[in-house]
Amino acid sequence: MTRLIVNRRKFLIGSAAVGSSLALSGCNQFDFLGQRGNPVRQAMESANVLTYQAQRALIGDQVLAREYSQSEIRQGMKPNGSTEPTTPEYMFLRGMNFEPYRLTIKGMVDREVSFSLAELRNMPARTQITRHDCVEGWSCIAKWTGTPLGPVLDQAGVKPGARYCVYHCYDNIQRTLSGDILYYTSSDLVDAYHPQSILSYGLNDQVLPVSNGAPLRLRIERALGYKQPKYLHTIELVDDLKPFGMGKGGYWEDNGYDWYGGI
Amino acid sequence: MSEQQGLPPVRGPLVYRQSIWTRLTHWTWAICLFFLLLSGLQIFNAHPALYIGQQSGFEFENAVLEIGAINTPQGPRGRTTIFGQQFDTTGVLGMSGSAEQPTFTGFPGAVTIPSYRDLATGRVVHFFFGWIFVAALFVWFLASFINGHLRRDIVPKGADLAGLPRDALDHARLRLHHGRRYSPLQKLSYFTVFFILFPLIILTGLTMSPGMDAAWPWLLDVFGGRQTARTIHFVVMVLLVLFFIVHIIMVLLAGPLNELRSMITGWYRTSPGTPGEQGDRS
Repeated sequence: MTRLIVNRRKFLIGSAAVGSSLALSGCNQFDFLGQRGNPVRQAMESANVLTYQAQRALIGDQVLAREYSQSEIRQGMKPNGSTEPTTPEYMFLRGMNFEPYRLTIKGMVDREVSFSLAELRNMPARTQITRHDCVEGWSCIAKWTGTPLGPVLDQAGVKPGARYCVYHCYDNIQRTLSGDILYYTSSDLVDAYHPQSILSYGLNDQVLPVSNGAPLRLRIERALGYKQPKYLHTIELVDDLKPFGMGKGGYWEDNGYDWYGGI
Repeated sequence: MSEQQGLPPVRGPLVYRQSIWTRLTHWTWAICLFFLLLSGLQIFNAHPALYIGQQSGFEFENAVLEIGAINTPQGPRGRTTIFGQQFDTTGVLGMSGSAEQPTFTGFPGAVTIPSYRDLATGRVVHFFFGWIFVAALFVWFLASFINGHLRRDIVPKGADLAGLPRDALDHARLRLHHGRRYSPLQKLSYFTVFFILFPLIILTGLTMSPGMDAAWPWLLDVFGGRQTARTIHFVVMVLLVLFFIVHIIMVLLAGPLNELRSMITGWYRTSPGTPGEQGDRS
């Protein structure tokens, strides 16, 4: 009997020790991983490069994201991030019902080109009912209509050395003391030329509303929501992402999110 | 056990029970699952709700779990809704921290990495350890197939199933036998973890990747949609936490030093009366 009691006591002490050390360990010992320049964090970030390369190797460049049926549209598209940009340029365009709006393709191209909304609407259109996956974890199914980006890029003529598209947007996603930070993100040319990558001007059979990115939002359907830039005005072809923002290839990417965004 | 007469050995033989592959992967998983759990709860906190189906119902109802905070006349309270049933979870879920400085997150900062809200870092940590976790599982399956660990110790056979009620009774009475091989309950537990829970949590994790959904669209069909997969991922996490708790309790009950030694050096002290074999130590 004595032995059993000792065992029980030992057991209780042991459990308490294990339990409390577990509870403590989560508190803030690992907060250093949140420091963007920390070498341990940077080493961990290399897993994101592995994910990108693994998915590029595994997923065919032309493989489509799932498209859903009309009956699976059960709600409006949830607006998130910027929903009402307040930059003067955007306010002006919005006041003019986006009449003067032009999408510009520039950078490493044979010729810089720009298109009005009417011109974009006259190009071959694609309509797709897809699932929008937010990095936060939620999903929302909606119908997007627009013109595929690939042929638009071809009109400008992408130079051989170009590796990325940088998508510049009108929305001031963050306002700081030193001025507005404008949203931008980027993708490789595989995502840019993907058949479902469309410059969308229509949402659920309506004109794309301001809260969802009017007048133009790029869809990159095999990636998370932060790779679907709203209020898009310029696409710049580049071979290096470092000159933009903090050099990570996008607003959220500069804030620590992975650049690829496919997971 | 009962017929130990004459000169019963005080101790059973010391047997080589865990191969280097089992030991290495065991501790790799221990570290990985710790970080995966705490970074996973961080990710969950970015949208502390779970749904059934392809999408999240904002204008219709398909949530099975929602954690949040509500305002009451007495001040804010943490509230958790499970299958429509509401629970006040102030202090743990939805609202935690001190009364003067409460924080409003799904899970409290004590169980997330980082302790403050930082989805980006949670994802960096989660995917880093996710890769190592999967790599270790691959190594373990390969090694265990080759060295016979799978066949011998993990996959339950007819005799194990027949011995299950007896073994369950023995466990319930805390009569723990330290045999050369795993007991039926042990085999069944580890079989469940390796063949059901680990594959499920990896595949449901992959189903949340829009890239993987394009590559393997059957993932969406198998799990009934991305949001259902996210819910299953969470449920399997809870099951693995329960497994971990039972695992630790069993180690403590069965003799923590002996159990720890076997998972560090590979050598395990069996119960008195265990027949010796070649290669044993005394």
